[in-house]
Amino acid sequence: MKTLFDKVWDSHVVAEDPGAPAVIYVDLHLVHEVTSPQAFTGLRERGLKVRRPERTKATMDHSTPTRKGSDGRFVFVDAQNEAQLEVLRKNCADFGIELFALGEASNGIVHVVGPERGLTHPGMTIVCGDSHTSTHGAFGALAFGIGTSQVEHVLATQCLLHARPKTFRVTFEGTPGLGVSAKDLILALIAEIGVGGATGHVLEYAGDAIRALDMEGRMTVCNMSIEAGAKAGMIAPDDVTFQYLAGRDRAPNGADFDAAVQAWKTLPTDEGARFDRELRIDAAALVPRLTWGTNPGMGVAIDQPVPDPAQMQDAQAREATQKALTYMGLEAGKPLLGRGVDVVFIGSCTNSRISDLRAAAKIFEGRKVASGVRALVVPGSYDVKKQAEAEGLHRVFEAAGAEWREPGCSMCIAMNGDQIEPGQVAVSTSNRNFEGRQGKGGRTLLASPFTAAAAAVTGKVTDPRTLLS
Amino acid sequence: MEPLRPFSSRVLPLIVDDVDTDQIIPARFLKVTDKVGLGKKLFSDWRYEADGSPKPGFPLNDPKHAGAQVLLAGHNFGCGSSREHAPWSLVDYGFRAVIATSFADIFGGNALKNGLLPIVLEPALHAELRAAVEADPNVEIHVDLASQTVTLPSGKSASFPVDPFAKTMLLEGVDELGYLLAKDDAIAAFEARRA
Ligand code: SF4
Repeated sequence: MKTLFDKVWDSHVVAEDPGAPAVIYVDLHLVHEVTSPQAFTGLRERGLKVRRPERTKATMDHSTPTRKGSDGRFVFVDAQNEAQLEVLRKNCADFGIELFALGEASNGIVHVVGPERGLTHPGMTIVCGDSHTSTHGAFGALAFGIGTSQVEHVLATQCLLHARPKTFRVTFEGTPGLGVSAKDLILALIAEIGVGGATGHVLEYAGDAIRALDMEGRMTVCNMSIEAGAKAGMIAPDDVTFQYLAGRDRAPNGADFDAAVQAWKTLPTDEGARFDRELRIDAAALVPRLTWGTNPGMGVAIDQPVPDPAQMQDAQAREATQKALTYMGLEAGKPLLGRGVDVVFIGSCTNSRISDLRAAAKIFEGRKVASGVRALVVPGSYDVKKQAEAEGLHRVFEAAGAEWREPGCSMCIAMNGDQIEPGQVAVSTSNRNFEGRQGKGGRTLLASPFTAAAAAVTGKVTDPRTLLS
Repeated sequence: MEPLRPFSSRVLPLIVDDVDTDQIIPARFLKVTDKVGLGKKLFSDWRYEADGSPKPGFPLNDPKHAGAQVLLAGHNFGCGSSREHAPWSLVDYGFRAVIATSFADIFGGNALKNGLLPIVLEPALHAELRAAVEADPNVEIHVDLASQTVTLPSGKSASFPVDPFAKTMLLEGVDELGYLLAKDDAIAAFEARRA
């Protein structure tokens, strides 16, 4: 009896010396401009080539501009960004790697384009020099972030060294109510177990509330596994998964697809398989959530007050809470509802897919962005952008007064000039609220697309359920 | 990579929990395409004023800690992103070890790959070391990877866990890529089996 994780892991062990971590074969390696240059330099220094260039795909997303000038050209904020893209272009050309370059129809955020192109399959091992690689676990793949040294290892050998992680199943029971989305499920889990709560473990998400999610919602959940400290997050593949993959350009087709589905059906965790840890969460009881602090575990239900350090027993927790409240400019024990907002960011590999944009549009429709608020909607890829424009969503955003941008990581990591100013409060659909993450001195509240859009049109933290009919 | 030999050092205290990689090296410094000079950017937002001048009171700016090769952190150090710029910047600054009560997964692995030793101390010994360093910044500890021990200023010796494989690699100064390249036959056999 094996778990989903066990099955994927066991079928990828190339070698395992006593006293050494396992040598794990990597099926798909994704590369972007920020964490790869030093790896390619390493290859050149050692005179190595890429072992399986066809198993590596590259995209440009972190440093890419999301704005075009009146001449139709991208507006770079600094030469370093542009240089980084050039370096990736050269590295891909020199080593024979396919690149989804900026401006091409296949371009977008690495964790959006992998699934969308049909590159991400159940049962695969997938790595990328980016911690949100866990996103791909939504397909029943074992997917995790690696450092640049390991990027070099995978380029050179198609393998990496890894000790076997432990397993942790989280079962979301019941059906969440209106306005409670995938983002709220994962924010609730991280608040419950903390940012180090799943360290050393691979999470498997199970239960009715997970099964009921579409692939995009599942990706949102798996995306933030790393924010609970987990190595990866996985969801067993099912008909929803297979339907998503059917017909995608890099997915198998015809008889190959049918054969693949038969193999994928053997992947789900066997009845009675043992996990190192288990947790159950009552999804039916959840309400929309929001983070108030400076890590993704510092979150509350939207109708709850922020914590009060004076009520805390543990001195370290008290100190950390006070520090976060001070940075965020919040008063202990006060509600977040009604708190004024300067910026709203809808985007990132957590929530920039078509269903996220549809959710946001539901709130924006027929309303205006509140005066003094800057709202930015950044699709995750050119595919998403095209689809959204075909559905007229961009007109809903623009009519409301929000900015409709070109795809990229944008304000999630604030490397391309899209950023918030010191002291500003942003409600963001991204995954990290660390100090300065969205711009130096910026204050980030993480939330779902519903909650972010609700903040945009009211100018303050608002329960989105009051705007959804 | 240089083999990691035993060393003695003063300790720079930065007792903050959940220090994430965006604090260690803010994302705007990830635009580089090499590793040179990252030590100057280490903890940038905590370390420098808006005009670039050093913030008084921040431990890295405090002359009494100058030259320390060991960083004493809090709990869950290095959480956040997988960016290896975090250990690169610590190493480039001159740190050879970080002591904490725990480390984030990816950071711990990345640190070891770059010759930076993540040392986990149990809370009581961590508190003892913190008190000793705060009382006198000149006290030294001794770090010995071979025996996996830290000798605290009190003379007390504390052992710390290290992944045995990473330990061998660090002591021998061999890197993981060398190990993987030597597995070429096994990798080829695996690929042939699956084709
Ligand atoms: S959107 Fe944000 S979290 Fe996702 S890959 Fe880009 S920078 Fe990383």
